[in-house]
Amino acid sequence: MMTQATEAKETGLYLEAYEQLRQRTASEVPSWLDRLRAEALEKFSELGFPAPTLEEWRYTNVAPIAKARFVPSWTVDGAEEAGRRWADRVYEEARSSVLVFVNGRFRSDLSSLAALPREAVVLGLADALRSEHQKMIGERLARGAAFDRQHFAALNTAFIADGAFVYLPRGVRVEAPIQLLFISDSGPVMSFPRVLVVAERESEATLIERYVGAADQPYFTDAVVEIYIDENAHLEHYKVQEEGVQGFHVATTWVELKRAARYHSTTVTLGAQLARHNIAAILTEEGGECRVDGLYMVDTGQHADTHSLIEHRAPRCTSFQLYKGILDGRSRGVFNGRIYVHREAQQTDAYQTNRNLMLSNEARVDTKPQLEIFADDVKCSHGATVGQLEEEELFYLRTRGLSFEKARNLLTYGFAEEVVEKIAVDSIREQLNEVILNRLHATALDVR
Amino acid sequence: MLEIRNLHATIDDQEILRGIDLKVSAGEVHAIMGPNGSGKSTLAKVLAGHPAYEVTEGEIIYEGKNLLEMDPDERAREGVFMAFQYPVEVPGVSNAQLLRLAYNEKRKHQGLEELDPLEFKELLAERAKLVDMDLSFMSRSVNEGFSGGEKKRNEILQMAVLEPKLAILDETDSGLDIDALRIVADGVNKLRRPDNAIILVTHYQRILNYIIPDYVHVLYRGRIVRSGGKELALELEEKGYDWIKSEAGVTASA
Repeated sequence: MMTQATEAKETGLYLEAYEQLRQRTASEVPSWLDRLRAEALEKFSELGFPAPTLEEWRYTNVAPIAKARFVPSWTVDGAEEAGRRWADRVYEEARSSVLVFVNGRFRSDLSSLAALPREAVVLGLADALRSEHQKMIGERLARGAAFDRQHFAALNTAFIADGAFVYLPRGVRVEAPIQLLFISDSGPVMSFPRVLVVAERESEATLIERYVGAADQPYFTDAVVEIYIDENAHLEHYKVQEEGVQGFHVATTWVELKRAARYHSTTVTLGAQLARHNIAAILTEEGGECRVDGLYMVDTGQHADTHSLIEHRAPRCTSFQLYKGILDGRSRGVFNGRIYVHREAQQTDAYQTNRNLMLSNEARVDTKPQLEIFADDVKCSHGATVGQLEEEELFYLRTRGLSFEKARNLLTYGFAEEVVEKIAVDSIREQLNEVILNRLHATALDVR
Repeated sequence: MLEIRNLHATIDDQEILRGIDLKVSAGEVHAIMGPNGSGKSTLAKVLAGHPAYEVTEGEIIYEGKNLLEMDPDERAREGVFMAFQYPVEVPGVSNAQLLRLAYNEKRKHQGLEELDPLEFKELLAERAKLVDMDLSFMSRSVNEGFSGGEKKRNEILQMAVLEPKLAILDETDSGLDIDALRIVADGVNKLRRPDNAIILVTHYQRILNYIIPDYVHVLYRGRIVRSGGKELALELEEKGYDWIKSEAGVTASA
């Protein structure tokens, strides 16, 4: 009884906020969205926040999120100043292809889409819901990121109000990377960004999600990104999570690949006190290829959890996965990588590697690969390692004149390089190298 | 330049060096020879500052300073260099990156301007010629996937870039075929100068045909049991280490 009462109190905050949202937006949103949100809210009230007794949440306790008193974005001021404060977090390559969001709401005044071709549709989601694309959105939204069992996807869906809509019609190729910059900097705010990407046949684009926020107090981001990649289309996807060190970040990425579609993603986790990323790539037709990489780098007081699912539903698809973790201080990492190969998915190639570098004796990581294979003609492999810096490597670099700190940072850089070098956006690569090489208060290493 | 006095060193509480005395002056090449397990590599590693070895007695004075009080990286910046017997692979860090970082650390220490990537590239191209190394090696991860000979050449390239005052070559000749040996030896010879010194640790006399030493010392059971000129190496080649062993045995029992 006690537990139930506590849970009710925890979800009560969200029920109240939902009612407010409904009153504020009921007349603006299509009726199908109103229904979808209601259904999701009902699901969330039923599910509540996930308990650590659930296998999927064994290593990540979200009680601090449940207990916190976050406030909805419409109750806070200062969005404009916040937006300006963080304006330098737009990557150079995306200066004219960026959508800026403050506390989950699209800010057209801070955004620029000048570099995008007219055929590409890149809109704030609230605007898109009022446009001719409403029907397409209605057919796709929440179809992938199912919320029947996913607590945080349900919560996000209940609060769908804004986010981004990216639609690449057949054959449209976008050169400039499309950046979505999510800023949370207005007190203990909660935001629920929602992103929908529809890439039609033979289209190509690069999408960057970047999350930043104030370091001086807790706030909560619950994001859901759904991506549909049609035949022969190609999407490069980067997610750079640099939330403030007291922030909470939960995100769900769901990707569907059709025939010979390609999806390459790199998820970089640097911020937040608690981060959980659920990423699923579903290969539904022949010849799809996905590369799902990640780098998480955490220090004292941080917890980063990745749960990934690569699902092979069709023959002759390929998936590569490389996740690397760098754990310092009293930090905690979790990697749970599941590869599921259906019986029909013959001649599947699926590879998964998770490597962890422990820079401190107090850091901890739990890594768990899961292969479930029901086809008989497949090539699958997985591996996980947890290690420390090699004494001999440190000594070698020191005999070349590098201080202990610099040697350590250089070896850490070398460890991460396998993930970093594949990043095709220079600014992201440079940013990561700088972050890695300047750790431990060592003066900057210039590795150009 | 270097004076080692009564050096005792242990690893895992086992005494390996039992009282080494050695004086090396600028412009000299000293060969340290000896059978396996005599302490040659230990001496090299103690000079470089390997943390696994503990110096229990004696001292090492380098350029008037107490070398044993210096960290490995301080020693390096002060001009001490060791070419490793087993060069270490550093995945994800390119040869050019490491070389430029190391070079600039030394420049900074000397109060000189650092070189930017372009300036350094020129310097590197010139030094790479000394060891006949293709520039394609520069963008590869340090020693990763290098053959044994390439690794050894890479060590000498590092030496050529860092221009140490005191270079300790730890069995740089081991595992090299005759062509590679000649390239490595030529490189070292070109780096010999009146103001630097080389300590060449080797099991075999072979490399001394190419790098002519001024002095040869024979190490046995952690002590220098014999010193002489380059002819001592030839004598060893002819008679083998058993000669030294029996002689040392006689001395010990006498």
